[in-house]
Amino acid sequence: MARGSIRLLPVCAAATLALGLSACGGGNINSGGGSASGGAASKCGNFRIAVNPWTGYVADAYVVGYVAKTKLGCNVSYQNVKEQVGWQGMASGSIDTILENWGHADLVKQYITGQKSVQDAGMTGNEGIIGWYIPPWMATKYPDITDWKNLNKYANLFKTSESGSQGQLLDGDPSYVTNDQALVTNLKLNFKVVVGGSEASLIESFRNAEKNKTPLLAYFYEPQWFFSEVKLAKVNLPAYTAGCDADAKKIACDYPPYHLNKLISTKFANGGSSAVGLVKGFTWTNEDQNLVAEYIAKDNMQPEAAAKKWVDANPDKVAAWLK
Amino acid sequence: MAADHHHTAGYTAYGLIGAPTMRTSDGTPALQVQNLWKVFGPRAERLIGTADLQLSRKELQAKSGHVIGVRDVSFDVSPGEVFVVMGLSGSGKSTLVRLITRLIEPTSGTVVLNGEDITKMNDDSLREIRRKNVSMVFQHFGLLPHRKVIDNVAFGLEVRGEDKGARRNRAQEVVDLVGLQGYENNYPDQLSGGMQQRVGLARALAADPDILMFDEPFSALDPLIRRDMQNEVIRLHEEVGKTMVFITHDLQEALKLGDRILIMRDGAIVQIGRPDEVVGAPADDYVRDFVSEVPKSHVLTLSWVMRPPSGPDEGAGGPTLKDSQIVRDAARTVLEHHGPCRVVDGSGSVVGVVDEQDIMRVVVAEDESPAAANQAAS
Amino acid sequence: MSPVTVQAPPPRPGAIKEEQPYIDPQKKRHTGKRLLGILVFWLVLWVALRGKQTLAVPNADTTSFQDWLTQLKVTFSNMAQTNWFFHGVLGTIADAFNWMVGGLQAHISSTAPGQYLGWFGVLAVAMWIAYAVAGRRSTILVGVVLLLLGLFGTWQTGMDTLIITIVSVLISMIVGVPVGIAMARSRRTSAIVTPILDVMQTMPSFAYLSPVALFFGIGPATSVVLTLIYALPPLVRITEHGLRAVSPNTIEAGRSLGVTRSQLLRQIELPMAKRTIVVGINQSMMAALSMATIAALVNGPGLGQPVVSALQILNVGQASVAGLGIVAIAIMLDRTTTAASERTEKSSSGRVGSVGYPGLSSKVIIERLPRWAHEGAGRGSVGHRLTPAGRRLLLGVLLVPVVIAAVYSTRYLQLAQFPDLSGTPLLKELSGTPLAGHINDFTDALVNAIQGLTNAFKNTITYALLNPLQSLLSNLPWWVMAVVLLATAYVLGGWRPTITTAVCEAVILAVGLWNDTMTTLTMTLVATLLVMIIAVALGVGMGRSRRVDTLIRPFLDTFQTIPAFVYLVPALALFGSSRFTAIVAALMYAVPIATKLVADGIRGVAPTTVEAMRSTGCTRWQMISKVQLPMARESLVLSTNQGLLYVLSMVVIGGMVGGGSLGYLIYQGFSQDNLFGKGLCAGIAITALGIMLDRIARHAAERYGR
Repeated sequence: MARGSIRLLPVCAAATLALGLSACGGGNINSGGGSASGGAASKCGNFRIAVNPWTGYVADAYVVGYVAKTKLGCNVSYQNVKEQVGWQGMASGSIDTILENWGHADLVKQYITGQKSVQDAGMTGNEGIIGWYIPPWMATKYPDITDWKNLNKYANLFKTSESGSQGQLLDGDPSYVTNDQALVTNLKLNFKVVVGGSEASLIESFRNAEKNKTPLLAYFYEPQWFFSEVKLAKVNLPAYTAGCDADAKKIACDYPPYHLNKLISTKFANGGSSAVGLVKGFTWTNEDQNLVAEYIAKDNMQPEAAAKKWVDANPDKVAAWLK
Repeated sequence: MAADHHHTAGYTAYGLIGAPTMRTSDGTPALQVQNLWKVFGPRAERLIGTADLQLSRKELQAKSGHVIGVRDVSFDVSPGEVFVVMGLSGSGKSTLVRLITRLIEPTSGTVVLNGEDITKMNDDSLREIRRKNVSMVFQHFGLLPHRKVIDNVAFGLEVRGEDKGARRNRAQEVVDLVGLQGYENNYPDQLSGGMQQRVGLARALAADPDILMFDEPFSALDPLIRRDMQNEVIRLHEEVGKTMVFITHDLQEALKLGDRILIMRDGAIVQIGRPDEVVGAPADDYVRDFVSEVPKSHVLTLSWVMRPPSGPDEGAGGPTLKDSQIVRDAARTVLEHHGPCRVVDGSGSVVGVVDEQDIMRVVVAEDESPAAANQAAS
Repeated sequence: MSPVTVQAPPPRPGAIKEEQPYIDPQKKRHTGKRLLGILVFWLVLWVALRGKQTLAVPNADTTSFQDWLTQLKVTFSNMAQTNWFFHGVLGTIADAFNWMVGGLQAHISSTAPGQYLGWFGVLAVAMWIAYAVAGRRSTILVGVVLLLLGLFGTWQTGMDTLIITIVSVLISMIVGVPVGIAMARSRRTSAIVTPILDVMQTMPSFAYLSPVALFFGIGPATSVVLTLIYALPPLVRITEHGLRAVSPNTIEAGRSLGVTRSQLLRQIELPMAKRTIVVGINQSMMAALSMATIAALVNGPGLGQPVVSALQILNVGQASVAGLGIVAIAIMLDRTTTAASERTEKSSSGRVGSVGYPGLSSKVIIERLPRWAHEGAGRGSVGHRLTPAGRRLLLGVLLVPVVIAAVYSTRYLQLAQFPDLSGTPLLKELSGTPLAGHINDFTDALVNAIQGLTNAFKNTITYALLNPLQSLLSNLPWWVMAVVLLATAYVLGGWRPTITTAVCEAVILAVGLWNDTMTTLTMTLVATLLVMIIAVALGVGMGRSRRVDTLIRPFLDTFQTIPAFVYLVPALALFGSSRFTAIVAALMYAVPIATKLVADGIRGVAPTTVEAMRSTGCTRWQMISKVQLPMARESLVLSTNQGLLYVLSMVVIGGMVGGGSLGYLIYQGFSQDNLFGKGLCAGIAITALGIMLDRIARHAAERYGR
């Protein structure tokens, strides 16, 4: 090597050292922060929460996680997975709980009634709504558009390069079950279902539609943090009645309301951790969840900080979970 | 061994008599090749012995997709001899040299080296032969770019398991022998082509083999460097006296180095003979065409130009010349003598005479075009 | 400087032929007329039979085969807890991977002070290693990149990414190099393994994400396995190529000296192929890095996590910061391994830059950087190199401060946890959150400025190109299209690609996704066309001017490495959810490699030819159109082939932004358990489509490319 480099290396090291030291001089105080989870962990132990990829869920997970960590002394870890991977994880014992479950009859059959490796842990108190939504400017400009019967009247507005001569109904994240194709056919709507492909594409489409005042009709769902940014209007489809969605091909009614529940792995439930009670006790409203989701998504807070903010503001609710 | 004689311009002359003879060398051969065939193609073995092999190359390829590389070749090489195989590209000469050490598997025939039939050997014995008895020098050198010169030279010794000290010593000896002192610690790509081929030569010599094979070793080199390397080979042959099989497409090189020359065409032997035989008595038009540009006086010996003495006294009193002397070397003596000179053979008995005319016919035949010469010869 | 394309390795010495085969005189092929014939047949039948037998299937409908696959997965998942193989064997492998990653994580990425190394120790050790293997430039680079990761606030995730990458690449080397050797030695092995590698590289990882997570558990092991699947093929291919490319002259010389097989391998082939193998390791690393984001979907540790979570809240800035971290790591690994390979290399002949992936079958593309892109990189190493002993001594001496740094970093929190720089005046703007804010502001401004234009552009392309072509490809009886594809394959490439095409078509039909595959094919073709237009425009500029090259190349490098998730949101803002957006995502990924190959080709045109043409009074345009582009034809063909494969590899991402068809189905299969089988089938269909297109393009290139 060149002679220069012999000198260079110590120089580099010195530079790094200097940077390190100067940086330390700036933020020296938080020495205690590194070792928070201390001795009290024994009663709760490891607590592994699945985190499904939507912000409402993140709010659930981090609020419960924060409570488990601070009040019960659990060693909390978050596992970022999609839903059915989370179920798999509970079955194999690498995940302890899912805090917001949207139905999934097939998985219920496989894991809860079949393998019995997963148990129901009660409702979250959140109500899931699926439906067709439009940006608020349209609801204002065309007041009758929120009735499905008038959709055909406005079909021309919704034409895009993807839907050709028909109106476009933008469909959702592939995670969700959709009846949209059947609905369009059975309600004889002059619309074409176009797949958007992801939650991100739905949200970005709505955001743009509201900003640029362009028409958009799309599949969407609540609870959802985006409602705090843009208050979308729901199109009223023929009302849901029990059993109207029995035959998937003939559906001509709105989506049923989903009562979201929590799941817990059998192994964890029987393990005697104090977090089991917390999971079973946890319940809150759509407004609560949207608030935390908004902290995260709109205010760009770290999930943990958002959870802390909410927990600090709602001590009585938290106390009720821990009873 | 032919002497070094390329610095004067030459002239062509014809008018030689006598059919060329296919000669084999005397004594126990160092290398004996018999009825060697190489046919490339999927079912080559089955073709041997069938009439298909009598077809021309082109016909056979069209018929069965097989290509004849080497066609029924037999020859012997004596110990210490420099045996040159010459032919144009595609003539099968490089295949032939690879068949000898089975770098290419022969289709049929035998190769006997020091009394052992190589074609019947198993892999282990064959490897032993390659490690100890036969070494090869390649056209594109085949050096290992990641090893220093000295380690390249020692590579053959290394693979046969000699310990480091011994092989270093031996490699150093050979490096000195081929004139690479001072370059031991260079990498091959830091050397010129000629120097790289010296490394190849040194590597071949390091194993102290019985036979050295050269596969067009100098054709990738510049003409001047090629001449140096040819002289180097001549020098080395004088110093170490190895048997050499030398492949070339360059007739000058063949004539300069070869004790005997095998001329190949389309995989088959056209002629085997000493340089003067090839030039003096070409086997066919192909060879004749080949040698037409060669200055005959540089190659032919007096035995090719002498005539029978007209009487027992002809040439008496003049200088006596050996029949193996090259015409050009004898010219001055004959011309100065102004009269017939006696030519004697190895035992000293008179075999013929030459005079100015005989010499001039070869040396000053500048007016004779090759075409006219061909006619004269036929 | 031209790219090296290896179609068939040179024959082994055993097969040396003296003969030149008698070549038939070139047959007139009438390709143009035949293609025209196919087109007429196609159009006539399209007009006559439009809309019939199109095999279109709604997204949620499944065939019995697809259901069977879904059921198979359920069966496996029930077995996964008890079965000796799934639980025992795979579980043990998973445990071993988790143990390796966990150990490294504890030392490198964890921030708790204690017995483990802190960031300062990691930095010191990493720089020391870089110095030992690659030299001082790399040392500086490593230092800068690691500090940058810390500054971004992504120290921990960045280190996790690095750990997963390095562990996967180490395992790739342990597995891949021997496999590559076996393939180089035996044609049969090569013939068996090559299709497996093809599938590993073309099958979108979304299609097998959840089964892998099922068998290897949620955690680092799954990341390692996923990464391995993608990172192994380039290494195996390049190892095989490197060994086959060893000069037959040298091998023959070795054999003539009587080497044994193992001596041949150890002392001749491996040392001579070493440099190429290092290139393979480099490529393997780049491939591994590109899996970082996707593995985050199954809780894979690393920079993918912030990228994925930023996508949920459409925070472009946050995703970009993590994305830049990945780019920085990519640059660091690339330059360091290249420098390391140059150091081991004694000769100084043309430097190999990087090899394109995903390359199918035996094709290996070694992209060479232009000389000016690495000026001085290898210089100065021959003349003043320390003696080995001196180097060892220096490294030993340097080890002392490294050890001290390491020890101190375990003791003091400041040296264990990367300091929070948000209080430091100048640096704070660069640290994670403010930087993300700046990027968000910039993106918003950009999107606002050009939104109108982009929509018009999208509509033009969609109406003029995409819609007609899609109708032509997918809105007619499946058998017409099948015949058209077969005939095209035959006319362009002869019998062999035709057979491959037939097999691939059969596979696509069997998995029940013909119509979706044709839609995907449409988008692939349009995207490839656009890729080539951009690549030729940029590539000609880069090939002709050194300044343009220097200017553009960093952007190309960045777009090749940055995860697609990062620019999905701005792309959505600009173009909305549409097939065109999917095409844009593919362009971002495929344009860089295609451009680099075109630039290489243009640069490879002999300067003497250019000079001679200039002396005839060529204008600049004539020079480009009549001399440089025609002479770079081989590169153009190669670049098209690579562009095509890169576009295909972005199909799933396209499905997330409105691309629909196969990409959406794969993503849907990953998201919904009861559609897993359909998703897997879509993955199979993409693989079949990819292999089909590659084979047709490759055989056509062999025929017409030179």
